[in-house]
Amino acid sequence: MTFRPVLALAGPALNPVVDLRRMLALHFMVNAFRAGTIVAVLAGTVGWFMVLRRQSFAGHTLAVVSFPGAAAAIWLGVSATAGYFAGSIVAALVIALVPRPASGGARSQESAVIGTVQAFALACGALFVSLYGGFLDSITGLLFGSFLGVSDVQVVTLAAAAAVVLAVVAVLGRPLLFATVDEQVAAARGVPVRALSVAFLVLLGCTAAEVSQITGALLVFALLVMPAAAAQQVTARPLVGLALAVGFGVAVAWVSLAVAFYSPWPVGFWVSTFGFALYVGAAGGRVVVARRRRWLRRDGRAALTTGRGAAVAPGAVGA
Amino acid sequence: MAEVPIPAGPGGPPAVRLVDASVRQGGRGVWSHVDLVVEPGTFIAVLGPNGSGKSTLVKAILGVVPLSGGRIEVFGRPPGAVGRDIGYLPQRRSFESGLRVRGVDIVRMGADGDRWGLPLPWGPGRRARDARVEEVIELVGATAYASRPIGEMSGGEQQRLLIAQSLIQRPRLLLLDEPLDSLDLPNQAAVASLIAEISRAAGITVLIVAHDVNPIASAIDGVVYVARGRAVSGTPDEVVTSETLSALYGTPIEVLTTNDGRRVVVGQPDAASHHAGPHDHGHDLDHDHGHDLDLLDHLDHLDHHDHHDHHDHDHDHGHDHDHDHDLDHGQHP
Repeated sequence: MTFRPVLALAGPALNPVVDLRRMLALHFMVNAFRAGTIVAVLAGTVGWFMVLRRQSFAGHTLAVVSFPGAAAAIWLGVSATAGYFAGSIVAALVIALVPRPASGGARSQESAVIGTVQAFALACGALFVSLYGGFLDSITGLLFGSFLGVSDVQVVTLAAAAAVVLAVVAVLGRPLLFATVDEQVAAARGVPVRALSVAFLVLLGCTAAEVSQITGALLVFALLVMPAAAAQQVTARPLVGLALAVGFGVAVAWVSLAVAFYSPWPVGFWVSTFGFALYVGAAGGRVVVARRRRWLRRDGRAALTTGRGAAVAPGAVGA
Repeated sequence: MAEVPIPAGPGGPPAVRLVDASVRQGGRGVWSHVDLVVEPGTFIAVLGPNGSGKSTLVKAILGVVPLSGGRIEVFGRPPGAVGRDIGYLPQRRSFESGLRVRGVDIVRMGADGDRWGLPLPWGPGRRARDARVEEVIELVGATAYASRPIGEMSGGEQQRLLIAQSLIQRPRLLLLDEPLDSLDLPNQAAVASLIAEISRAAGITVLIVAHDVNPIASAIDGVVYVARGRAVSGTPDEVVTSETLSALYGTPIEVLTTNDGRRVVVGQPDAASHHAGPHDHGHDLDHDHGHDLDLLDHLDHLDHHDHHDHHDHDHDHGHDHDHDHDLDHGQHP
C-alpha cells in the first residue's frame, strides 16, 4: 500500500447505517467488499484444510511465489492476474513433485525443498522488477496488497476462479480429510492419497494466487491461516470448523475494509491485525475452557465409581 | 511353511490364502515362498522380530504392497478387490497432540470417509450411519470420550477408537498391526480381550501382528512366525517351540514355559552371526545381519522385558545396528 490520504472525506459518523452508506456509495469500495468477501470465503475453506494438513509453510511459499509470477507478467506485458496464477500453480506442482515417503522424516525434507523454492522465487521476483524498471510503485502493491484498486473485471475473475476451486474442494473434501487425518487407512480403503495431495497443493496454489491479488503476496496468511487456525481452536468439528473459518475470514475482511476506509493506515495492516486478534482470542479462550473442563472432569471422576471406559463422564460434552 | 492345520471354519474359501508368495522391496527380498491358509473366524497372531516383514505381510493382504511372486487370495478374491470387507489398523498410529478432530469424526471416516462429494446432513443413510458410529464406539467402551479431540486422548483411548473405526464397516477380516504396541500393560490386556471378544461374537477373522504373544495367548487359534525371509504357521504349540524356531532362525533357540503357561523364548546369540557387518546385504533373505542380534534379543523380549534390560542395552551399544525399522525396546515396560 502506498501512502494515501484518508479515503473518507469526513470522519466516521459512528452511525453504522450512515457510515456504510457512505462507503458503498463509492464504486471502488463496493468492489473492495466484493473481492474481500470472495477471497475470504475461499481462503477460509482452503485454509482450514491447509492448517489441518500442517501445510502452512507450503501455503506461504505458494503465496510468495505469486509475486515473481505477477512481476514477470507485468514485465512481459501480460495481465498480472495470469502471472499470479501461473506462479503459484507452477510452484505447487514443483512442491508436489517432491516424493513424500510415509515416514516422519519426509516432512522436514518437504520443508527444505519448499524453503529453497521460496528463496529462489523471491530472487526471481526481484530480478523481474529490476528488468521491468521503474515500477517501484506497484511493488508495494504486489507485496502488501491493493484492496482498493480492484476492477470489475478482476472481481469477475476472482469469483470465477473461487467458484471452480470451491467446487473441486466440495467434491474432494471428504476423502481429503480422511487422507489428511489418517493417511494409511485412507490408502488401504482405496483413497488416492498421493493424487489428492497433489490436487490439494494445486488448489492451495490457486487460492494463494487469488488471495495475494488482494492482500499482497506477503499478507496472504492474514486470510489463509488466521481465520482457519482460530476456527480450529474453537471447535474440533469438521463442518462447524469450516463454516467458522469462512465466517471469521469474511468478518475480518469486512471490518478491516471499513476501518481502513476511515483511517490512513493500509488495509493489509488492519486485516492482519484483526486476524491476529481473532487467533489470540480463540487460543486464549480455548485454554480457559480446557482448564475448566479438566476441572469438571476431575470432579466427575471423583464422584463416579467407574469401570473402565464404560461410564459416561461429564467430559463427554461436545468439544 | 506348513499350512495352518486349524479346524476349518464355517466353510467357504479361506479368509486369507498365500500360495508361494514373495515380496521384494527396494531390491531386497522381504520374505519369499510363503504358504499360508487362514480359515474364516480364526484369530491368528503374526509374530517375528522387528524388520522381518510382518507389516509387509499385512499390507500384501490388503493389496497395498504388490507381490513379486506367488499369489494371495482374500475370501477367494485377489487382494484389493475386497475393500470394505477388511478392517485395517496400521502400525503405531498416534495423532499429533494438536490435531483438532474429534474421536467420533475419526470413527465416522471409517464409514464414509472414502466417498467423494459433500456429506449432506439430509443424505440417505445418514441416520443409520450415525447409529452405527454410536454402536461401535459403545462396543469399544469409548462413549465417554469420543467427542474429545483425538490428539488429546491417551494412547489406549486412541487405540479403542481406531478399533471402532476398523469395525464400523462390519468387516469379515480384521488386520491389526501391533495394536497393543505403545500401550501400558493393563491396557494391553484390556484391548487384547476387547478385540478377541468382539471378533468372536461377530465371527470376524483376525490377523494380529504382535510383539509379544502372551497378552493374546489365550485368544489365538494359530500363529504365523515371520523371520529370516520365511514364515512358519501352525498352532502356538507347534510353532512356538524350540525345534521350529531353531529351524526357522537356523540358530539354537530355546522356548521355556513358565508355571503359569507363559512362553519365554530365549535365543543364544551365535558368534557366527557377528562376523558380517551390519550393512552387509549380501544375503537375500536375511537383509540385515544386524538383525540377527535384534531378533535374538527381541526373542528374549517376547517375555522377559523386566529381566533382560541390561542385556538389551549391551546389544544396542555394542553393535551398531542399522535400524531402518522400529526398534523400540526402550518402550517395553
